Parts: sequence; structure tokens; C-alpha cells
Amino acid sequence: MFDDEDMDEIKQIFVEESNEGLDVMESGLLELKPGSSDSETINNIFRAAHSIKGGGGTFGFTEIADFTHGVETLLDQVRDGSREVTEDIVQLFLECVDCLRGMLQAINDGADYDSERAAQLSSRIQVFLNQNSEQDLPSESANESLLVEAGKEQDSPIIVRHWIIYFKPNSDVIKGGNEPYRIFRELAKLGKLEVKADLEGVPDFTKIDPESCYLAWDLTLVTEVNEEEIDELFSWVYDECALTIREKADEKEKDDEPLVVTETVAEDKVSAAIPVENAAVPQMAQSPAPEVNKKSKGAANSDSGSVRVSISKIDSLLDLVGELVITQSMLARFGKEEFGEDSLEELIDGLEQLGRNTRELQDSAMQIRMLPIKVVFSRFPRLIRDLGSKLNKKIHLDIQGETTEIDKLVMEKIGDPLVHLVRNSVDHGIEPIEVRRSLGKPEMGTITLSATQEAGNVVITIGDDGAGLNKDKILKKAIEKGLVTPNDQLTDEAIYNLIFQPGFSTADTVSALSGRGVGMDVVQRNISDLGGRVTIKSEAGVGSEIIVRLPLTLAIMEGQLVRVGDAVYIIPLLSIIESVLVDVNDLNLIGQGLLVYHFRGEHIPIISLGEQGCFGSRCSADNIKQLENKLLIICEFGGAKMGLLVDSLSDQQQVVIKTLETNFQKRQGLLGATILGNGKVALILDMGGLAASFMRSNEHKSISQVVTA
Amino acid sequence: MVNTVVSAKADLSIGSMNDEDAEEYLTFYLNSQEYGIEILKVQGIQGWAPVTKIPNTPEYVLGVINLRGAIVPVVDLRKRFLMPEAPFDNATVVIVVKIEYEGGSKIVGLVVDSVSQVRNISDRNYDPAPDFGSEVDTDFVKGLARVDEDMVILLEIDKLVSAGLLGLGDGD
Repeated sequence: MFDDEDMDEIKQIFVEESNEGLDVMESGLLELKPGSSDSETINNIFRAAHSIKGGGGTFGFTEIADFTHGVETLLDQVRDGSREVTEDIVQLFLECVDCLRGMLQAINDGADYDSERAAQLSSRIQVFLNQNSEQDLPSESANESLLVEAGKEQDSPIIVRHWIIYFKPNSDVIKGGNEPYRIFRELAKLGKLEVKADLEGVPDFTKIDPESCYLAWDLTLVTEVNEEEIDELFSWVYDECALTIREKADEKEKDDEPLVVTETVAEDKVSAAIPVENAAVPQMAQSPAPEVNKKSKGAANSDSGSVRVSISKIDSLLDLVGELVITQSMLARFGKEEFGEDSLEELIDGLEQLGRNTRELQDSAMQIRMLPIKVVFSRFPRLIRDLGSKLNKKIHLDIQGETTEIDKLVMEKIGDPLVHLVRNSVDHGIEPIEVRRSLGKPEMGTITLSATQEAGNVVITIGDDGAGLNKDKILKKAIEKGLVTPNDQLTDEAIYNLIFQPGFSTADTVSALSGRGVGMDVVQRNISDLGGRVTIKSEAGVGSEIIVRLPLTLAIMEGQLVRVGDAVYIIPLLSIIESVLVDVNDLNLIGQGLLVYHFRGEHIPIISLGEQGCFGSRCSADNIKQLENKLLIICEFGGAKMGLLVDSLSDQQQVVIKTLETNFQKRQGLLGATILGNGKVALILDMGGLAASFMRSNEHKSISQVVTA
Repeated sequence: MVNTVVSAKADLSIGSMNDEDAEEYLTFYLNSQEYGIEILKVQGIQGWAPVTKIPNTPEYVLGVINLRGAIVPVVDLRKRFLMPEAPFDNATVVIVVKIEYEGGSKIVGLVVDSVSQVRNISDRNYDPAPDFGSEVDTDFVKGLARVDEDMVILLEIDKLVSAGLLGLGDGD
């Protein structure tokens, strides 16, 4: 019996699998070249559509089943060679895939889908189908009627036919999940159906197996449809039954047929004629097909709760758990036995072993959440194809390192920022065809998307061979917006990184795609929320490269413990560039107690965490001399640099990030907290947030303003 | 003397036990005044241990502690209610409560002078908080109970959080 919970689970499985099927269809369609006859790809696409249709029909999602049926019919023509692959038809199929995605999403959200779009696409499919139907009519005998499609040739005669159907399913048909009543219900939709059950095969009551089917049926169907359509309704049980469909040619036969029932059997009598009430019969057989659940369920959680994990990862995890158990039982005896001289050494060995086991287990467990980045990259070929054609640019997408693995949650959150960055490359980076030609560049622009693992981080690079960033334009815009003054000396990199400021855009026109100046700072914030960093390299006329560095996982990161007073703070290792001892000669006090350090040609503002951890504090001219030889940690975020004064460095260790939001609240300047080995809580610093609150308290608009001659 | 106290207590509890509206309250002292919170909301009581301070938070948010692996904020109720400061001694106790609010629940530690006892108080035995007018929002005071000779101020802990009074709301 399918209760609500089961239905929800089934729905979810259907949506997930159908989405995967759609992905297969999409990537297959993108590979299809016009005029190609790549039967394997076409078959894959067809099979995927067929499964979606079948699943939709089974679980009662009739809109999806009907829509996909049209798609499948057209695909079938391509498959059997009667229709050529053209650019138009591929485009149509791609749009159908999109529409289906929307319908699946609607199921997930419990909302309504865009039925108008589906209807439009369906009629476009019909147009295609109609084009061929004149040529494809099989040679028919005089008695067969023409197929009447909705809204098509209205003047062809509608011939009513009498079909006599004998249906005897195998006895275990119901165990296979099939229900004859459903088939009859569908038959009844096609026309006037009369059903008579043949009870001959039903054994003695005491011998009845409630899950077996002992019945056969004689049915007559008065309808316009042809044999194939009737046949199709039995497709689920085709191999498991004896089925004959024949047509009653003329009226004379009718009187001779002993099996024809003269009255129409009402629906409830049909169900009564099936005495075997199987507990496995789903509720759907008794009630109308369940509508897509229109109850709004609140925000659909697109961060789905499941991950596909390879068996080998699970096996290695279990192996390590086994080793942990062994180590544990070895250590357990220390509590029970007498502690002798040798015991201490053995205990130390055992604890070392425990440490090894724990580390390996941790690595292994993290691996489980990791998925190949291909999952995120897969949406880009389609994106670039669509964008490229909209903007009249020829773009080739080169993907490298798509097997690089990345944490599932990181992957979900990096998707949108990456899309934005790629869009930027397409929109502003790659030049239009004529421009490229006049510059002597190949007409087809190249965008490279690559991912590699580098020492505990994932590095994603988006490169293009387009126009590169226009340094002067950016500088000019920045001066306009008051972000920098004309006197400021900025490195090229610093200039490029200005585009991450909110509201910044040098685009002359705001397109629907980008240029509103809202994107880049959101991208930067999203990336730094993930504990990562983004930098830009560019060369005018040659191209640009955007480098995104992300930690392998969100929950755990490499941290540097520092001591400030009697408090311990943790700085993400990713943000640290260098640690130096302060040379007072390189210190400058400017403005209202703002301290700046001259470091490798740059002037870097300094924050002190001391003074009761009051962030945003300023140093005064008096204590500046006391800073000689103090420890300064130079950190980077979003292309800007900052220095942190601390008392001493402690360990570097992997740190489990615990959010403050659970029981407290988010705080600017803090990524979260962690629990140290000694049980104490240590706060994890967020360099970007620290800088922001520091800037606020110093009434500076940006760090680059802090540069003095 | 002892007998009278015991029997008086017994009377109270027998009477309240038959009362369906009786609730159990954990009472504690703040500045010599007894307060009570519903015991069902209390997760535990522990001694005072050093906290990790969080910068830029109100004075009464002392910091966070590690409670069996969870990061739990600790609020000094004395400071919050603007009572004169008192040094922490070995009676000082942290009452860990679970607060339910619209978005979910939070676990918070409340620093109090000392814990008193568990009392059964039915709503016949307490008066709702007096209305000080719109200037003072006293939603978080559930009522004033008279128990024997004592007055116990019953606190509605959930409201303390939702009214933003514990500084636990959305960050500034």
C-alpha cells in the first residue's frame, strides 16, 4: 500500500532518475552533428526518453508521459533512419529536454509547470511528425482506418473498428507489479470496452494463492485506434501473457460470437470481476491517477540529500573502521589490566596507532562526499552553445581535469559563481567573429575550464583567448566611483581585482546576461564564504585567466593557530601568504591611527587582534615602537592584502569548522569556531570579514586607498 | 520546625500534583531574588568554566563554551538584567537551556548566582506580570508566584530570545 511517505520517496527517485536520463539526452544531443547517423548516441537518447515516458506513465505523471511520448515518437523516426538529423530538430529536442526539466522541477516543488511551453513544443513536434506521415503510411488493407492526429487532417473519415481481444496473463503477472485492471482502464479510454472474465482457471478456494492470477479475459473494444495502439497498452506484460487481438470484419460475426457481452460492464463490476485482491495493488488502481502533488511544500531543496558513491570507497571506509575497532580493543585492555613498566610504551604506541587510524578514517569519510567536478562542468557545453549562438560568437569549450574530485556541498555552491564567470568570458571576453578575424585571431574562440588538486585545495581555472581585461577602463571606472584616487599606485593585479567591488562594471551596455555589475562581488563573496580565493590574470588582446582556489571540503580546513593574549585564534592557512617579524622602519602611521606596513613594494594595513580582541582597533604613535619584532601575519583575500599582529604562532592543524549560527549567530570576521584538543573553543578568523569591519571603523572605502606615496 | 517545613512542602506538592496545570520549575537566585524557568526546557546544570570570548558582542554575552562538542553561547543574566556585578564563586552555576523559537531551537547557557530547587507551581498560584505599559516589554515574565513566604519570578525563556534580549538574534 503506497502511503504518502512511500509516494514521496518514489516521486523523488523518479525525478532523480529522470533528471539523469535528461542529462544523458542532453549530452547525446549536443554530440549529434547534423546529418549524422551515429546510431549508438541516437539509441542512448531514445532509450532515455523511453524510460522517462514509461516511468511517468507508471507513476501517474501523465503530463510527462504524454509529452515524452511525442518526443519519443520523433526520436524513433530518427532512430530508424526515416528522419535525418538536422540542426532544427536537435534544437527542438534540446528545448524539450529543458521543458521536461521544468516539469520534473515542478513535481519536486509541488508546483505547477509551464503547460503553455509544453503545448507549444508538442505542436512543433506534431509539425515535424506531420511532414512525414504522408510518406510513411504503410500499405493497408481496405478495412484499416487512417490514424487521426489531434488538429490535423480533418477531412479523413473516421472508421470505427471492432477489436476482439483475448488476454490471459501468466499466473505471476501480478507479482511482477502489473495489474490487468490498469490495462483495461486504459483500453476503456480508447473507446467502448466490454470485459468478460474467464473464470475457468480459478482453482478451489483453499488452493488459491492470493498473489497469483488465475483469470483470463475476453474483451471487445469499439474504437478508432489501430492495433498497434492497443498492443502498446499491453507492452508491460507482453512477455508474460497470451494475447490475441483480432478485428471483427463485419457485423455478421457479431451474432456468432458467444463471448460478446451485450451490456457495457460498469467500472466497478470490472473491479469486482477480479476477485484476487492483491495487497500489492497500488491505490492508483482504485482512484484516478494521482495528480502531481499541487500542495506547496515550501522551498524545494535543490541541495538533494543523496550522493552516488562507488563501492570501493565504501569498502575502504569499512576496512578502516575495522582497523579502528582492533586498535580500540587493544587500548581498552589498558584500563583493565595492571599498569606496568612496559605498559606506558605500549600505550604510546597504541595511541599513535589510534592517531593513524583516525586520520585515515577521516580522509576516507571525506572521500565519500567527494564527487567528480564533471557534475558541475557538464552544464557548460550547453550554456556556451546557447550563449554563443545568441551572441553570434563561435566558441569552443575545452574541459580539463573533470575527474578531479570535490566535496558535494562545495560543488553545489560553486556552480552559480562558475556560471557567472564563464558567462563573463563569453559576453565580455571572447570577441565577435568579425573582430577576431580582423585581429588575426582564429574565428573560433576558446574557453578553457580546468580543475586540479593542489595540496589540499581544488584549483579551478577559467581561461579565454579573448580580449582580456581593459586596465585603463577599469582604473578609470574605479576613479569615477571613488574607489581609488588618481594618485594611487596599483599593481596590475590590484587593478584587475577591482572588478570584484560591488556595483562595478565597465560594460557599456547592460545585457540580460551580465554587465549589471552585480555579479562579480557576489561571486567573490560566494567563493570566500566557501573559504576560497579568486584571482585574475589578464593580458590585453590575448586573454584572461580567472583562478578559483577552494578547500577540498567545507567542514574541515587547514588552520594556523595563533596566540593573542591568552586567546587562541585560527587563521585559514589558505589565506596566509607569509609571516614576518615587524621592522619598525617599515611601519607608517597614517590618518587616524591607521598603521601600514611596507611589504614587498606594497603598503599593507595592519590589524591588531589584541586589546581585548576588539577588532578594528587602531594603534597610536606611542606604542608603535613596541611593535618591533612583533609577529605579523600577512594574509590575502579577494586580491587585497592585510596584516595581522599576533603574539605567537602555534600549531598548524586540520580544524573542524563548527558554525556559530547553530546556537548563536553569524558574526562578521569569524568563519566559525572549533574545539581544540584541550577541549577549549577557538574562533576561526575570516580575513575578508575582518577587513570589512576594519574598513568600516576606519571610514575608508577600500584598502587601496590606504596607499601613500 | 523541620516537620512544619516538610509538611508545608508536602501540602504544596500534593495539592499541585492533583492539579493538571501544575508545572515544574527550576528556580535559581539572581541578586537574592528567586526566579524560575520551566524544567522541561533545562538541559543541564554545570559549574562555571572559562569561556571563549567573542569580540563585538554585548557585555552580557560572555562568550562560547564547548558543550559535548557543540558551540554554546553563555549569557550572564545578572549583567543582562543590569544588576550589580558580583564575583563568580563556587556556587555560580551555568544553567543550560534549550530554547524554541520560530526558526528552530538554540541551546544557551545562563549564568546565575546559584540554583535553588525544583518547584511545582500551578497557574492558580501565580499572577500574571503587572503591565508596566508599552515602554517596558515584559513578555518574558510569565508571572509572579507566591510560594510559602517567597516570591518567585517565573521567566518565559523562549520570549527572552525572541525578543532579542539575549543578544542571540541576527548578527549586527
